[in-house]
Amino acid sequence: MKIDVLEISIFIFFFVLITVIGFVAARWRRGDLRQLNEWGLAGRRFGTVVTWFLLGGDLYTAYTFIAVPGAVFTSGAIGFFAVPYTVLVYPIIFIVMPKFWTVCKQRGYITASDFVKDRFGSSSLALAVAFTGILATLPYIALQMFGIQVSIQALIPPQYLTGIFADVPLFIAFVILAAYTYSSGLRAPALIALVKDVMVLTLVLVAVIYVPIRLGGFAHIFAVATAHQPVVASKIVAAKAAGVYPPSAFTIFLKTPGAMVAYTTLALGSALALFLYPHSMLGVLSSNDRNVVKRNTALLPIYSLMLGLLALLGFMALALPKLPATGNGAVVAVITQIFPDWFAGFAFAAISIGALVPAAVMSIAAANLFTRNVYKEYFRPNCTEREESEVAKISSLLLKFGALLFIIFVPTTNIISFQLLGGVWIIQTLPPVFLGLYTHWFNRWALLVGWAAGMISGTLMAFSAILQGIPKAPLLQTYPIFGMPVYAAFAALLVNLVLAVVLTPIFEAIGLRSGKDVTTPADYEYAPVESKEPIKEALG
Amino acid sequence: MASRPERKNRNSLRLLLLLPFIVLLFPPIYNFDQPELIGIPFFYWFQLLVIVLTAILTATLYFAGA
Repeated sequence: MKIDVLEISIFIFFFVLITVIGFVAARWRRGDLRQLNEWGLAGRRFGTVVTWFLLGGDLYTAYTFIAVPGAVFTSGAIGFFAVPYTVLVYPIIFIVMPKFWTVCKQRGYITASDFVKDRFGSSSLALAVAFTGILATLPYIALQMFGIQVSIQALIPPQYLTGIFADVPLFIAFVILAAYTYSSGLRAPALIALVKDVMVLTLVLVAVIYVPIRLGGFAHIFAVATAHQPVVASKIVAAKAAGVYPPSAFTIFLKTPGAMVAYTTLALGSALALFLYPHSMLGVLSSNDRNVVKRNTALLPIYSLMLGLLALLGFMALALPKLPATGNGAVVAVITQIFPDWFAGFAFAAISIGALVPAAVMSIAAANLFTRNVYKEYFRPNCTEREESEVAKISSLLLKFGALLFIIFVPTTNIISFQLLGGVWIIQTLPPVFLGLYTHWFNRWALLVGWAAGMISGTLMAFSAILQGIPKAPLLQTYPIFGMPVYAAFAALLVNLVLAVVLTPIFEAIGLRSGKDVTTPADYEYAPVESKEPIKEALG
Repeated sequence: MASRPERKNRNSLRLLLLLPFIVLLFPPIYNFDQPELIGIPFFYWFQLLVIVLTAILTATLYFAGA
């Protein structure tokens, strides 16, 4: 194999393009980037269209391009849970997020942790929420880095990637990502998201039309996929030794009740978790009106459709003349085997930029959390806005190192499990954040104990195979509960909720009092944007 | 504020948002092969269709003021 100059040139061309856009972005809708509200929320100025691009660019990630098709490649129908997941997330958002947006706007909150602190009068609970947000973002950023890494790997012939050069693609991915977030804050991803969306939509349309034509139609693809699967299954390191693994054997349909439980809990758990992530909240909070959020629940499913079509690439990969060795390589194999070199260069650029945008937003969001709710809260209560913004930039860089550690130390066997691990953690903030929007009945200490129990039990479930010391054991996506494989996030959330509900009256009775709720019912009511904005603008 | 009673009334429309949950979280409804669409089993194309239907539902609720 030789280096393909055309393919690499096209890849580099698109990166130069977005770099130029990144610099322009710093000047776009100019605000003072030395302020956290500006660097990290772009001054809450985004309307429906920009929010659509930003949220689309932010929520549909390497998970969509690499991990989901990979999961379909290895396990068929179960991997398709990402479709119900990305359907169910929007009805949830339609109800919950406008309320969240309103209270944050009215009281000037930038993070979920800000809200929890005021709602439950508990700085420990606020710290727990902030910590969880940061932790859960790490494997998700790692997944993005992995996506960029596999794209770069695909461009370079394997003989150049041996010995000390083996990690060059990961290193390049890391550097691109770090360099690119640092300078212009949230404005850069918002503008580059536009380029990303056009590229990715092009890729998806071409892929779902051209690839089936080349492979003899969908009926043929599904037939060959079924026939090929035993060959693949024998190649995949499935580590089923301990017998605690879900029925991940490939099937085109959900064959057992267990498979259905896994499918639905993975979908529902992921849907409940998505908008608890700091980066999703950031996308919501940077919009200029709560109706922008509602409109987007009808517009964002366009990307879900894209995700569903991309998931079918998993089957197409199974029908390729030369079978990819792993699920993680499924999409790359389709691209390199089916497309001409020039289009492959474009496709890999689309995937890399598609991973870059969310990774940037994720690290900005997690950095906001650290700065507002850890650094300023506990170390420098009187720090200036400028210092705040500097700390956010530096911590966004450190977070990427954290993500790098995940790739190095946690098995990337089925990369989708990185996202699922993030879900296991972030969903534990659901009781104080989402339920907190509707009630302050919960006792703060009960919420804290519930959170801790959820975090610990969820982590133990996800890492149980690794902790047992099974060689090459992967992260577990589901865990057997009463003999049924249940998404660990879902099971651990139940533990969390039960404890929060049961302990609330007990703690109240023994004198561990609830905190003071400083929000008022009026803070959750809709205030039309027109009447507020001129005042805000005037105040600068 | 004058429109409060009306808003409350429309909020009951939000119950419609339970529909996609009922359908998608009960796989026996769509867990089969036939009818195929351009060679894609029902399981897959039906769920893709639900994406579009749910988007129409949220759009309708938005315009209805729920």
